[in-house]
Amino acid sequence: MTASRDFDLAEMSVRELNEFLHRELPELVDVSQGASIHDDDPLTRINVFNPNGGHSIAAGLDCAVEVEIHGHAGYFIAGMNKQARVTVHGNVGWSVAENMMSGEVRVKGHASESAAASMHGGLAVIEGDASSRCGISLKGGRVVVAGNVGHFSAFMAQAGTMIVCGDAGANLGDSLYEAVIYVGGKIHGLGADAREEPMETSDVEAVRSLLSEADVEGDPETFRRVASARSLYHWNADAHQEY
Amino acid sequence: MCGIVGLLLKRFDHRTSLGALVTPMLDCMGDRGPDSAGLAVFLEPVDASLRRYSLYWGGETIDWADLLLGHQEAGHGAATLESTADNAVLISDVAEAELCTWLTTRWPAVHLLSVGRSIQLFKDEGHPRDIAARYRFDQLAGSHAVGHTRMATESMVSPAHAHPFTAGEDFCLVHNGSLSNPNSIRRRLQRRGIRFQTDNDTEAGCRYLEWRMQEGDSLEQALEAAFDVLDGFYTLLMATGEKLVLVRDAFACKPAVVAETDDYVAVGSEFRALAHLPGISDANVYEPAPEQIYSWSVADTVSPKTTAVAS
Repeated sequence: MTASRDFDLAEMSVRELNEFLHRELPELVDVSQGASIHDDDPLTRINVFNPNGGHSIAAGLDCAVEVEIHGHAGYFIAGMNKQARVTVHGNVGWSVAENMMSGEVRVKGHASESAAASMHGGLAVIEGDASSRCGISLKGGRVVVAGNVGHFSAFMAQAGTMIVCGDAGANLGDSLYEAVIYVGGKIHGLGADAREEPMETSDVEAVRSLLSEADVEGDPETFRRVASARSLYHWNADAHQEY
Repeated sequence: MCGIVGLLLKRFDHRTSLGALVTPMLDCMGDRGPDSAGLAVFLEPVDASLRRYSLYWGGETIDWADLLLGHQEAGHGAATLESTADNAVLISDVAEAELCTWLTTRWPAVHLLSVGRSIQLFKDEGHPRDIAARYRFDQLAGSHAVGHTRMATESMVSPAHAHPFTAGEDFCLVHNGSLSNPNSIRRRLQRRGIRFQTDNDTEAGCRYLEWRMQEGDSLEQALEAAFDVLDGFYTLLMATGEKLVLVRDAFACKPAVVAETDDYVAVGSEFRALAHLPGISDANVYEPAPEQIYSWSVADTVSPKTTAVAS
């Protein structure tokens, strides 16, 4: 048996919700696949209603629970997430899943700017479009966008993988480090030091595996690989600051 | 930061609800801009021989009745005046230049906020919630409204530095962001005889656009020119008597969200400013793209005309 609990943000503040998620929830969740430390059924699902564009909902989670946010949400949703699976049934504002460490964050609608910014681990799935700077400073984990991404996506991305099934805006992968980007649609422009590279068999398999994990449709054979040319790794005085 | 809001009602019979719908939007965006606020509403135009003058009384003792009496004694002809706290709307056939001279001489504490046949403008210092209550924004009617909540990052906090800014007639602009070349724009316009009321960056952008329109540009053409002239970050929301227009800079550094239904077009810095609107759960909610001009006409009851700028 499992249990769920409903929270209505028309009736309570985000701070009150997050205090419950941070302090009480970990003790109510079945962390060891055995019994909860309380005698009730382990709590496995949190429903959040009337998010009404509120910020920081379910930020800072650190337990294996499912959080369903029913409606459009604001900035910093599920930021710093660890272990939890957070699903937003609507759009989100800036910086969803920012600095996520593990777990999964899924947006059923569109995401505004800086989705999955500085993410370290886990899986971020945007089923609609993501706006500009998606995956900026990515440090690990997997980002899958079923739609398009805006300009300067994966800017200075250091590690991890990003899949864009639709089109990528201008300056994709500017100043890229070791993260790899796969794009299914058009690329409106690559940023400094980003370059298109041949798709190897291992790349096709990586795309196939990640699309499957994210439950997003796409033909892995049609994707293109973008990675760093690594020409910015060392200072080149002869370049006269022009790259 | 700063917050912007805008609302255009597509149905004539909803116009009495404009203030009631836009006031919670402005209040919500008080989180983004708590130091001053303003709201422009657009009403049915007065007769072509008349103008609506929105006035702000900056002095200690407010006596709007005395001002109206003085206006009549000065031989300016028949006029009406409706006041709410420090704000009043004078409807008169006097020319703007003549009114300004008279105000400067006789009522130096009274500032002219806007001129036009349709626009009515309020702005003041303080929390947007308090300003909305002071001027009874929830009672306002009209076809469309543009509002702003300011968190000053460059020029001083004063009613004159609050947005919306106006230039010319029936044109206003609110801005979230900061321009880095307002001084050069201001000098360029001053050489053409255009006068400024403040040292604010947004006023420079506002007067630049109005100057382009005086030169024959449509607002959309003026904005295309502005993309090359305005240096900095901006989400700009503008209104004329006929339309509501929205643009974001090339980097889309400052936020904006649009919600459209059959009944309205609503614009806010954040979705939560729109969350209370009727039918929002079924609205088409989207984020405007950088350097695209979004324009909605008061006469339209269909989708916006979006003009893509060649990239």
